[in-house]
Amino acid sequence: MTHAALDIALSRRQVVVGSVALTFTFAAGRVDFAEAAVVTTERRGRIVSPWVSIDADGSISIMSPATEMGQGSMTSLPRILAEELDADWSKVRVVPAPPIDEIYGNPGFGGMLYTAGSNAVRNYYEPLRLLGAAARRVLLENVALRFRVPVSELTTEPSVVVHAKSGRRMTYGEIAGLGIAVPTVPVRATPADLKPASAFRLIGHDTMRVELPNKVNGSAQYAIDVQVPGMLYATVLRAPVEGSSPELVNDTAARAIAGVMRTVRLDYGVGVLARTPYAAIEARQALVGNVTWSRTGTARDFDSDRASVEFAAAARDLRAQAAPWEPRGNANAELAKAATIIEAEYLNDYTYHAQMEPLNAVASVSPSGDAAEIWCGTQSQTMAQEAVAKVLNISRSKVTLHDMLMGGGFGRRGHRDEEFIIDAVLMAKAAGAPVKVIWTREDDVHNGRMRPLSAHFLRAGLDADGKIVAWHQRIAVDRVLPFADPVRYANAMGRDGIVMRGTEFLTYDIPNLMTEQLYRDTGVRTSPLRGVGWTANIFAAEAFMDEIAARRKIDPVALRLELLKDFPRGRRVVERVAEMAQWSRPRAQGRALGFAFVDYSNTPIAGIVEASVDRTSGKIRVHDVWCALDCGIPVHPDNVVAQTESSIVYGLGMSLMERITVKDGAVRQSNFFDYPVPRMNEIPEMHIEVIRTENRPTGVGQMATPIMAPAIANAVASLTGKRLRESPMTPDRVKRALA
Amino acid sequence: MAIRFTVNAKPASSDLPLHTPLLWVIREDLKLTGTKFGCGAGLCGACMVHIDGARAFSCQTQLSEVAGKAVTTIEGLSSNSSHPVQKAWLAENVPQCGYCQSGQIMSAADLLKTNPKPTRAQIVEHMSTNICRCGTYPRIVRAIERASREG
Repeated sequence: MTHAALDIALSRRQVVVGSVALTFTFAAGRVDFAEAAVVTTERRGRIVSPWVSIDADGSISIMSPATEMGQGSMTSLPRILAEELDADWSKVRVVPAPPIDEIYGNPGFGGMLYTAGSNAVRNYYEPLRLLGAAARRVLLENVALRFRVPVSELTTEPSVVVHAKSGRRMTYGEIAGLGIAVPTVPVRATPADLKPASAFRLIGHDTMRVELPNKVNGSAQYAIDVQVPGMLYATVLRAPVEGSSPELVNDTAARAIAGVMRTVRLDYGVGVLARTPYAAIEARQALVGNVTWSRTGTARDFDSDRASVEFAAAARDLRAQAAPWEPRGNANAELAKAATIIEAEYLNDYTYHAQMEPLNAVASVSPSGDAAEIWCGTQSQTMAQEAVAKVLNISRSKVTLHDMLMGGGFGRRGHRDEEFIIDAVLMAKAAGAPVKVIWTREDDVHNGRMRPLSAHFLRAGLDADGKIVAWHQRIAVDRVLPFADPVRYANAMGRDGIVMRGTEFLTYDIPNLMTEQLYRDTGVRTSPLRGVGWTANIFAAEAFMDEIAARRKIDPVALRLELLKDFPRGRRVVERVAEMAQWSRPRAQGRALGFAFVDYSNTPIAGIVEASVDRTSGKIRVHDVWCALDCGIPVHPDNVVAQTESSIVYGLGMSLMERITVKDGAVRQSNFFDYPVPRMNEIPEMHIEVIRTENRPTGVGQMATPIMAPAIANAVASLTGKRLRESPMTPDRVKRALA
Repeated sequence: MAIRFTVNAKPASSDLPLHTPLLWVIREDLKLTGTKFGCGAGLCGACMVHIDGARAFSCQTQLSEVAGKAVTTIEGLSSNSSHPVQKAWLAENVPQCGYCQSGQIMSAADLLKTNPKPTRAQIVEHMSTNICRCGTYPRIVRAIERASREG
């Protein structure tokens, strides 16, 4: 089937649809998200809008605005639109959306294309339903015209418009084949046009994720798999300390390796250009020890062991300057009047993303440097294009982006500077040829951007009845957002939600609350990382909550139910998980249960772990995890379970074994032997229940991660009477606590 | 002097340096990119292939070591994803990001070849060579049990 390119009148701007690649280009002007999508056009053989197109053979293409890193949005988002379109899902083809922020941008991130924060389904849910409903409405109006019946007499079945009264039917493909006559003005759907949840055929029902068949036969394409004609390979030995530069470079050994072409000095490292990937990797290794780095960079003398002591001292020193974060009531006044004050300290170490695909990218730069083409796995098409445009000093429209499947993201691929893509651009520019840059695992660890080190000092004020009347948490921690994304940081008026979210406890009955951040601008590379600030903050808070329960001599679950008195959805997940785990049943000798709850961005989730401790080795073993969550309407229920399993395993690793240490500003770990992540023989049995409610969908991509550390610490406290205050709870720390 | 071997039952040869890891020969020369680079140190299993029928870390296998041998990659496990392990992987919706899954599948196929009815403990022991950062482990176990059952 061939289609000529055509122009579609699209409100105030023009869209050109190329038939083969289905690429869209835009003239100047502005079209908002909803407006762009409801327009269809008259064209025999095809119905096209920026979001959905229907061919005469009945096949339906739907755009996927989110990038795919295993979280399943590439399936969930198109399915939401397909639901209201009443499309036959078996005829739907998912197409990655072109990088046009105005049409496809994430409403939850100011309209930029950015897949993060468990935010895709949550933020696209209503707009995509309206877009699907509007497209369906166009189909109905055209059939009404042809059948000469009122629209109100028409209904749809999957991909068919039905006039029950006369028994006539017309498939969506037939409508496309006949051509669209109406409307002449954009159609806009309203919430009144949407299906009731009881009529859903796709939302809330399971399906195989669209890209899965390609992930069992090796055909799924990640950036690292891309090959383009004439492509060279590169590695970059980056400065160990952020802000440092190469001074003296002895590349004799590197250049002597067969297949190596030359080295390229960059501001932040030394690149190697080679004809083969392994020559580039060997040459990078040959540079180690042969480059003298400048003694620059804020972090150059930083030592994380020393810092953890200093951070903790600052957090507990109430005179030390701190910035408040979303306080309520008057915590200080109430603490002064409290019958009992309980204090505690907690610490979280740096952790590393460890996505399985080491960072990499392919780039090609035009000879004059006025255009670039990039192949990469990014969480933000917007940031990828803009970062390249900035470095080449060209407009974003001159950067052609191929966004590929990602071998894991976890927050690592959504930094404003997208430095691994820039590596490829700079090396391609130097080479005058397309270049694939591959980071080794060692590069990926050494140049990791970490979940930051944080020291937490908590105070709770209890009245004479034991009720928590005031809560005060001080957190000494790096600011993440100024480094990870200065643009968002400026837009957020200098507020650092990445580290501070998860301290508000909006659904706990705590009338007076004060959280403060003590900025530690260490210069160490930091990042949003799955669970972001919640993981650290909930470890501190939910472990502290068990200390409060112990002081009051009440059951930890009973304490949470008391705190959740005004939040029935929270109480329900707590009660359910307690039933699932048989919370009150005594455990076998040497085993104990631990509980934790979090209301993570409006997804209440409760978990219980059953754990034991080997007192000789200090190793904690988690045997079972029970978890109940309420994410509102589960758009893709099995995927909610999969993401919860995934975020439990991720949280388990961060709780027990994952720890980055920094000395002289440089990361000390380098591969999976000294940065272990969970393997199959360390995984608990997982028992997960998704509680279905009619609430609007909320996130599921990382919600269980924060409950793991406090639940494990609480289980160990219950078992041994010793409170573990540092995450990860490594064997040496456990042994020290039990000694 | 080129090294000759077979890949997925087809003749292959490479004149790259003899110490080049098989991984890079497969991926970049033979353009079979289903086999993945994860750690370069035999720690994660993303690069797992079969050599003469037994699993091997292709990042730890030098080109010279495969002279005259038969290498099977994920692309050669079956021509149409019909291997019982691949079918079970889809039935259990195992992959998330998918990057480690070629290696996981090659490890699982190796297990079932030598031990068609593994116990849960045997599955866990065998598969702990392979890291999945998305934590698909419970589904991998279920898929191997399914493949063992359904053959």
